[in-house]
Amino acid sequence: MKGRHLLSIKDLSKEDIIHILDTAEGFRDVLKRDIKKVPTLRGKTVVNLFFEPSTRTRTSFELAAKRLSTDVINFSVPTSSVVKGESLIDTAKTIQALGADFVVVRHASSGVPHLLSEQMDASIVNAGDGINEHPTQALLDAFTIREKKGGFQGLRVAIVGDILHSRVAKSNIPCLRKVGAEVRLIGPPTLVPEGFAGEGIHLFYSMEEGLRDVDVVMMLRIQLERQDRGFFPTVDEYFRLWGLTEERMSLARPDAIVMHPGPMNRGVEIDSAVADSERAVILDQVTNGIAVRMAVLYLLGGVKS
Amino acid sequence: MKVLIKNGYIVDPSQGIDGVGEILIEEGKIKEVREHRSGGRRDKAEGLLLEEEFKVIDATGLYVFPGLVDMHVHLREPGFEYKETIKTGTLAAVRGGFTSLCCMPNTKPVNDNETVTEFILRKAYAEGACYVFPIGAITKGQRGEELAEMGMMYEAGCVAFSDDGMPVMNSLLMRRALEYSKRFGVPIISHAEDINLSAGGVMNEGMVSLSLGLRGIPAEAEVVMIKRDIELARLTGGRLHIAHVSTAEGVRAVRDAKKEGLPVTAETCPHYFTLTEDAVRGYKTKAKVNPPLRTDKDIEAIKEGLSDGTIDVIATDHAPHHRDEKICEFDRAAFGISGIETALSLGLTLVRDGVLSLPGLVEKMSLNPARILNIRKGTLKVGEDADITIIDLNKKWKVEPERFASKGKNTPFEGFILEGLPVITICKGKIYERDN
Amino acid sequence: MEKELLDKRDIDRALSRMAHEIAERNRSLEDICLIGIQRGGVHLARRLARKIKDYEGAEVPCGSLDISLYRDDINLRKEQPVVRKTEIDFDINNKTVVLVDDVLFTGRSIRAAMDALMDMGRPAKIQLAILIDRGHRELPIRADYVGKNIPTSLSEKIEVQLSEEGHPDRVVLLKEGK
Repeated sequence: MKGRHLLSIKDLSKEDIIHILDTAEGFRDVLKRDIKKVPTLRGKTVVNLFFEPSTRTRTSFELAAKRLSTDVINFSVPTSSVVKGESLIDTAKTIQALGADFVVVRHASSGVPHLLSEQMDASIVNAGDGINEHPTQALLDAFTIREKKGGFQGLRVAIVGDILHSRVAKSNIPCLRKVGAEVRLIGPPTLVPEGFAGEGIHLFYSMEEGLRDVDVVMMLRIQLERQDRGFFPTVDEYFRLWGLTEERMSLARPDAIVMHPGPMNRGVEIDSAVADSERAVILDQVTNGIAVRMAVLYLLGGVKS
Repeated sequence: MKVLIKNGYIVDPSQGIDGVGEILIEEGKIKEVREHRSGGRRDKAEGLLLEEEFKVIDATGLYVFPGLVDMHVHLREPGFEYKETIKTGTLAAVRGGFTSLCCMPNTKPVNDNETVTEFILRKAYAEGACYVFPIGAITKGQRGEELAEMGMMYEAGCVAFSDDGMPVMNSLLMRRALEYSKRFGVPIISHAEDINLSAGGVMNEGMVSLSLGLRGIPAEAEVVMIKRDIELARLTGGRLHIAHVSTAEGVRAVRDAKKEGLPVTAETCPHYFTLTEDAVRGYKTKAKVNPPLRTDKDIEAIKEGLSDGTIDVIATDHAPHHRDEKICEFDRAAFGISGIETALSLGLTLVRDGVLSLPGLVEKMSLNPARILNIRKGTLKVGEDADITIIDLNKKWKVEPERFASKGKNTPFEGFILEGLPVITICKGKIYERDN
Repeated sequence: MEKELLDKRDIDRALSRMAHEIAERNRSLEDICLIGIQRGGVHLARRLARKIKDYEGAEVPCGSLDISLYRDDINLRKEQPVVRKTEIDFDINNKTVVLVDDVLFTGRSIRAAMDALMDMGRPAKIQLAILIDRGHRELPIRADYVGKNIPTSLSEKIEVQLSEEGHPDRVVLLKEGK
């Protein structure tokens, strides 16, 4: 990984991605020991700067940072366009002054991690910016796929849901393509823009067509407020046409796995029966998330410029 | 003030002057204009006498235009003085070679009544480095609900009406505005944007916005409104002027309207024929503007529109903002480019590329706006105000926003090397010089 | 500029002697294990284990240890760090761990290795087996079993090449030369 930041999968080469996954293997071993800690980044400070509520990702990063022996500070800033508190830049400068080596940032606006990387000395890790990217999610998804499937070449991965607004999808698509997997995007036409089609990326508006013979089904969360902006009429209709039911799951290969970045809306995008089935590797994703995030922090090193 | 500008290459399409000559200025008016080739060369003795009496500006190797007229500027005063004031904005204007400008009404309070109009004119008279012609709001508070007092604003000195910054979404209200404006014979300037189509958008909708994860404003948001406004112009016969055209299809619609003989004019801005949406890559807020920067195809169409006369005017849409409003999340950053000090240099690229002749450029930036607004500017005819712009066409300079006279340093042209600089601007009896 | 110091036979003789010494010092071979430090020590540990088996008939457990995560020079590294496999699938509690590495230099790698081991359990004893000791210790670390002592200057480098990695067995001295 060149540079001191992880802002976007687009900045990583295939070699970079594989290197991160290989490094994460080493950290996964550490997580299996009694003493789940290594002194590697001892003395460094990681600040979790979350402008959007997220227990899951934040806790994952917090654990990853602690397992590397760093000091962790959690800054949860409530965002509301109505509440005009301290400006983003002022918050960033304050954190700089506190001595942050790493800033893990999640924000509702795309491009904020890039802005911070220009305005701050710390290493910036993008934990989700607006509808742009969520790089560590894509990396842990790739790690999980590699673990379960052995590799990526020739693999068919279906990503289902609100592709347009999903930063998980926006990072997974380039990540999977770089490592050689074939990607299928499935969802309502209003949420699967034509601009995403490309080499090795196929668009489907129907689950029945898109899921045929896939190896991995990655379900995205449907944000219920999308309903209001006319992207689809009702949640009931969405589940009827694009929900992952057992019947639809049977169209995939018999050894296909089901993934979800969480948290799940049972009965909206995914049927409980499928979510709880053996094919679902959702909890593995969570465990792997810590190892992958440890690898990212380790490789960035937190070296000040 | 007595000034003699000698040996400059004079380009004045209002009189068909296009050659080396000299201009005499006395008491702020143009006393004499002579072109050498049409036998206007003064004899030596007379020349020497004059040079004793008059301040001499030796414009050898330089070009002399009638003062430029910018019909789309945001002066921000009253209400947003932290971004710009009438004083700093007009100073920036003369630095850019502009001797007259129109200020848009989206101030605080909105210029939707004669009192605010009078305030602006008073301030401009006292502190303005150039002439200021206010544009009044079409609707009260620019809220798009009721017509503002156009008559009283016209009497107070407004030369056109616009809700710029906002469209008039209600088609019935826009119809009424166009009809009512016929009483005054002034144009209704349309900020063509369907705010439902553009809602939430912060840049052009396309592959770049998808790849950056930013919400997009489709070209159609502009086009549907241009077409609607043209239909209303046909219905009412009112004079319509389309502000800041940025799309190929928009140009096409105006061309067709003109073919039909409808009372439609249009303007574009320098950034729409020089930059594409790629300027936003890296989340560069200095390239965030509304309408947004578009694609190469749009640039081509705009150049064609300038060349064949579809687009009458190059205005700047000068939109200064405070630093804090640009150094922040892209979504939150203010829309706008502080463009008045780079506009002429960018306009000259069109001449270099063969899109416009030099007189053609002067038409777009001086004569045509004056005609559309029906003001006595944009010309070097004897007896008119001595508003003059002298340009060094070959001077290369680097855009350093910190050196702008404008408070707004927000420009995507930061760091660019441009060719051509307005080195001297004469306006309201004063001479302004610029070296960068 | 490169000079061969030990050839295949020299290396084999040294390892044989070390295997005997390990067996001699640790009467009860049931309680010892060999752990090679990535990368240089891993193959050597396996060779020692094989020799001990040949001479004594005892199966000594063998593992590998990656010390990247315990290094003290994380801010000074120039290239991308590579974390390799740590495979210790036996219990090290109360055992005598014989750490194996190819070259002993400053001693910092051994310090890191010991910290790693401590996080994995509580060995009764830790001993150190080194093929080449080149001097210039920066920490108070000494080897229990040494293949060969080769004094060097700081501008020189010792490289142990092993057939498991595709080179013929040899130990070379690299001088910074023109």
